[in-house]
Amino acid sequence: MPPKRKPKLAVWKFASCDGCQLSLLDCEDELLDVAGEIEIAYFPEATRAMVKGPYDLSLVEGSVTTPHDAQRIQKIRKESDYLVTIGACATAGGIQALRNYKDVREFISFVYATPEYIETLPKSTPISDHVFVDFELRGCPINKYQLVEVISAFLHGRKPNTPPHSVCVECKQRGTVCVMVAQGTPCMGPVTHAGCGAICPAFNRGCYGCFGPMESPDTKSLSDWWKRLGASDDDILRAFRSFNAYAEIFRRESEAHE
Amino acid sequence: MTQQFSILEREDFQKLIDVLSADGYQVIGPTLGEGAVIYDELTSIEQMPIGWTDIQEGGKYRLERRDDDALFGFNTSPQSWKRFLHPPSVRLWQAHRTDEGFELQHEPIEAPRMAFLGVRSCDLHAIAIQDKVFMNGDYLDPTYKSRREKIFVVAVNCGQAGGTCFCSSMNTGPKAEGGFDLALTEIVESRQHYFVVEVGSEKGQEVLHQLPHRPAKDSEVKAADNLLKKVSKQMGRILDTEQMQDILYRNYENARWDSVAQRCLSCANCTMVCPTCFCTTIQDVTDLSGSHAERVRRWDSCFTMDFSYIHGGSIRYSQKSRYRQWMTHKLATWFDQFGTAGCVGCGRCITWCPVGIDLTEEMAAIRESEGAAPKPGRKPASAKP
Ligand code: SF4
Ligand code: SF4
Repeated sequence: MPPKRKPKLAVWKFASCDGCQLSLLDCEDELLDVAGEIEIAYFPEATRAMVKGPYDLSLVEGSVTTPHDAQRIQKIRKESDYLVTIGACATAGGIQALRNYKDVREFISFVYATPEYIETLPKSTPISDHVFVDFELRGCPINKYQLVEVISAFLHGRKPNTPPHSVCVECKQRGTVCVMVAQGTPCMGPVTHAGCGAICPAFNRGCYGCFGPMESPDTKSLSDWWKRLGASDDDILRAFRSFNAYAEIFRRESEAHE
Repeated sequence: MTQQFSILEREDFQKLIDVLSADGYQVIGPTLGEGAVIYDELTSIEQMPIGWTDIQEGGKYRLERRDDDALFGFNTSPQSWKRFLHPPSVRLWQAHRTDEGFELQHEPIEAPRMAFLGVRSCDLHAIAIQDKVFMNGDYLDPTYKSRREKIFVVAVNCGQAGGTCFCSSMNTGPKAEGGFDLALTEIVESRQHYFVVEVGSEKGQEVLHQLPHRPAKDSEVKAADNLLKKVSKQMGRILDTEQMQDILYRNYENARWDSVAQRCLSCANCTMVCPTCFCTTIQDVTDLSGSHAERVRRWDSCFTMDFSYIHGGSIRYSQKSRYRQWMTHKLATWFDQFGTAGCVGCGRCITWCPVGIDLTEEMAAIRESEGAAPKPGRKPASAKP
């Protein structure tokens, strides 16, 4: 039997804060395993070595915000066997998708001394608006254990264990008392995709919805209840219009409160 | 034989914790945490929610001070004893790759000796229901069984009913009728504070022997009886169980399911807090190198899509089908499957539903849709948080 070729991994960056890539670097113990099992062929954040494609697995961080990026993602897709997006930017357009609700030219004229040099698209869009995506890993940032899980799953040809149910299930499993019921704190948990381990409720906060919509979110019912808890339309709009502002269901709910 | 009751004075209550600890039990009982009365390990009576009570409504729970120093002056906890007997997550086995294939490593079953302090009658019935599920029949659950067989149960009869309680409707309380080692009724009067103790097992007798106690006077037993009679009329909710099964079987198609589906979030909280819900899922995990694998079992819920996933998709893809499945199982098909209702009337699913969905209200609405007049005394359950 010929020696097994190590699968080639590439990590790509689009419009993003780098937090998700850092999650991979943050997997210190696991990273040694990753490095042993796969060839890190392209990962500018971590190594200068740049091995040419094709790649077995591409992890893509960030959203598409420029014409150049819109072309670049096409090339990456062609060179990748599997393409997995990591984080809210790549999966839903990220916090920068707030621009989608306004006129981006106005922002540019405020921010840049010479706006003519800025070439940007009117909207920040998720990778799946441009190319076929094999798997989307949620989170802002992603959970590093889930990242290792997804890489392992792809290496071994199995389905990743990243349950798409609500954050509530994680609260209950860890034994956290519901902040919404026991304290009247508005919480996004019931409509938010699990994965973080219910960190915020465990620290006595309502969930911020970093992992985007869960599998069958009923945002209207939750908003109605938030109102009974005293939240204003503005509060609700802002809650749905954050890291996952451009995720379809959150977008529609925020628009309903404009 | 007349029942023999004893009295344990409030000032001797710490000794109960001490005796159980000395017997090697990890004592688990009520304590304040995260704005609620939760169950956790106890070593001292000082950790207990002395003088606190809870106000419960659909989707709402608040702690409040009582005007006395009751130790058990509250109702059901956010989560039941289920998490101690049927833990949220259990590793079932691990496997390692070897030159010849792989080697299976069985998981040692670790069952702490636990004493549950303050189990309410509804929860005793829930434990009996889970006993049937996990320990009856051909397939025993070794995790549950090993934990279950070691527990010592100190039941507490409810001195008040909560806003979402309906054990009287389900014949599951408020008085503990069996399934305990010791059962206590707490009596708080202006100048007296004591517990009427009933022994339910030999183990219970042995523990009582190590405690300062005296035989109860008739008047004290009477005080406990009267209290429980009063409580059984205080229920915050009522569930009319007459022909409940038939009504549900006749109403798989009913507009009420559409209305509840408009409100239900499919968040699964109701099933997680329910003391009888037992469903789990299996996760197989491998590490990066592929040389190590493990299988983990964790709580699942009929409200998730994966729960009814078969090749091609989820069978219960709508919120309506998922809520209907859950409620019909609790109140109807459970009888066919296990011989009792799957609901003990603890009210947790009502209190801890983030949007206050109430199965007693849903059941009443379906009943009324058939033309039945609303029962007098049924509280309109529309809750305000
Ligand atoms: S269905 Fe609701 S009221 Fe009935 S036992 Fe379960 S949590 Fe308690
Ligand atoms: S009934 Fe309530 S707790 Fe249960 S899934 Fe629906 S919204 Fe969640």
